[in-house]
Amino acid sequence: MSLSQAGEIVAELENVSRVYRMGSANVRALDDFSFAFRRGEFWAVMGSSGSGKSTLLNVLGCLDRPSSGQYRVRGTPTSDLDDDELSDLRSRELGFVFQSYNLIPQLDVLENILVPLFYQDDPPADGEARARRLAERVGLADRLHHRPTELSGGQQQRVAIARALVNDPALILADEATGNLDTQTSLEILKLFDELHAEGKTIVLVTHEPDIAARAERVLRLRDGRLEGVVENRLVAP
Amino acid sequence: MRTIRLGVSSLLLHKLRSALTTLGVLFGTSSVIAMLAIGEGASEKAQAEIRQLGSQNVILRSVKPREDFASNQQTRVNSYGLTNADYARVAATFPGVGRVVPVREIYEEVRRGARAMNPRVLATEPIYREVTGRKVMEGRFLTDQDERAVANVCVLSDEVAHYMFPIEAPLGHTIKIGGDYYTVVGTLMPRTRQRSDAPAAGEQTQAEVFIPLQTGRKWYGNLQVKMRAGSRDMEEVELHEIVIEVENAAEVPTVAAAAREMLGRYHETQKDYEVVVPLEQLLLAEKTKRIFNLVLGSIASISLLVGGIGIMNVMLATVTERTREIGIRRALGAKRRHIVTQFLVETVVLSVGGGLLGVALGLVVPLIVEHFADMPTVITPTAPVLAFLISAGVGVIFGLYPAWRAANMDPVEALRHE
Ligand SMILES: Nc1ncnc2c1ncn2[C@@H]1O[C@H](COP(=O)(O)OP(=O)(O)O)[C@@H](O)[C@H]1O
Ligand SMILES: [Mg+2]
Repeated sequence: MSLSQAGEIVAELENVSRVYRMGSANVRALDDFSFAFRRGEFWAVMGSSGSGKSTLLNVLGCLDRPSSGQYRVRGTPTSDLDDDELSDLRSRELGFVFQSYNLIPQLDVLENILVPLFYQDDPPADGEARARRLAERVGLADRLHHRPTELSGGQQQRVAIARALVNDPALILADEATGNLDTQTSLEILKLFDELHAEGKTIVLVTHEPDIAARAERVLRLRDGRLEGVVENRLVAP
Repeated sequence: MRTIRLGVSSLLLHKLRSALTTLGVLFGTSSVIAMLAIGEGASEKAQAEIRQLGSQNVILRSVKPREDFASNQQTRVNSYGLTNADYARVAATFPGVGRVVPVREIYEEVRRGARAMNPRVLATEPIYREVTGRKVMEGRFLTDQDERAVANVCVLSDEVAHYMFPIEAPLGHTIKIGGDYYTVVGTLMPRTRQRSDAPAAGEQTQAEVFIPLQTGRKWYGNLQVKMRAGSRDMEEVELHEIVIEVENAAEVPTVAAAAREMLGRYHETQKDYEVVVPLEQLLLAEKTKRIFNLVLGSIASISLLVGGIGIMNVMLATVTERTREIGIRRALGAKRRHIVTQFLVETVVLSVGGGLLGVALGLVVPLIVEHFADMPTVITPTAPVLAFLISAGVGVIFGLYPAWRAANMDPVEALRHE
């Protein structure tokens, strides 16, 4: 499988810093970080604990704002956007997969998948059909009306992936998405990511496990909030 | 609509907690309605009683002056009260006065065969009925012809008619007042009453027998003997009551003042009269009612307030408990107002649910009170609507802060929350 061709820039960080005040000291979770993620790329973000992986993902996901520098989503500078506009951007352009699945307990599978559309200003008319297709796609067609508590961890994460896809996002962000799963289930989830990549989705997957990073197309290494290096995995399994 | 359904399903996740929270508003709302109904009932009863006296009338009454000497006499004569001269002065000289009715009270027992009772026996003129707004049920009231003829006829109030004539129609029959026989020529309708017909505790008996004034004067004179335990009181009273009909309601205070002034002048030696002004009492009753309603309303409002605080407390706990859910929703694109709406809907569902049940309970409680405490209650149509709106308002007001707290959480922090 070849590397994807240089596509349109989906997310671009320019001299982004994220500084936390810890008492008198400042922690630079991201330190003058510049990078661009292009359409169709599948990135793994690696680094030791505390290297700023989650901070990077939060900035990419417009959940957190840079202390300085500029972050652009498909060319739009996010520093100009207010809270509502950022929320709007999340509901249209971004998909999240979390380590702890983060499904909403009082909603069933189908309803959970539909949540991102619920918050769109003009949701697509075929939302429910789309959600059903995605549920089928992740292998949960027969669990549509189950509550999250009635599902295994792997199944819950599949629902979360379906939910991250329902708004057809420009960028899928996953933070330690397999961190809570056993090896076998992790592999199944990773296979799902591979398929999404093959379909041309843009994915950023945070992990601290080299095995998992190896499944991505490219690996971005972080250290102390700075870019340590980029590795291109040419040996991706088809 | 969907938000409401979602809110309800979140609430159903904690059924007991939601139910308990609702109780606060439930009792608050129902007590608002019940209190207003009881207050309204009490004041309507008071007002109805005052209106019976005729709101456009001024009533002068003879009052036995307080005896300020210790008496051990067996028999004595008390001379007091309104005089025929008073009546003449009122009738001739008062401005703005319509009809004036003199009334004498006869202290005699009324009998018919074995049946005896002690109603108020009133000797008065034919216009008494019109001035006091009484209605004839059967036969007729006293007439000028009766006066001229000094006829031994009488008109019975409903209570007397029922007691004396339990089976047959009273018209044409005779009853005995003291030592004389009187032919019944008419009966009167019961005074307009609210709801129950049983007299409330402390209410004066309504039993009355009317005879022509001249007849009363002729047979019973001014000097009457009142039998009391161990002593006989001789009373000399010319008139027991003078009912003044005022032509224009606006002039009632003027006439009342003039009556007080006039009586004060001619009854200098002893205060043996009183001036009753139903209109003044009515205004006083209105004022009392307002205060009453205010106090009851405040008490009920406090319970609603407590209910509201209960809701707020639970919602704050809910918000903390669902911090992560809030973070998830925000990450998936929920705007602050979506979060505000979600929690506000939940509180309003809680409080409106409580409010509806409270309205239902509030409509039942007055019925129970009426049945067991024998107190009249009146539910005005605005009360349930008001109580319902207030309970919904309580939901919004006390839900705003928890909802605002939820909406202003930092999404990253919220997602990290365990
Ligand atoms: N809310 C916060 N307040 C203070 N410091 C923080 C906060 N979040 C992250 N940090 C610090 O920023 C650095 C990067 O954290 P993070 O991005 O979570 O690292 P990683 O996900 O790679 O483990 C760490 O040193 C961490 O202690
Ligand atoms: Mg992390």
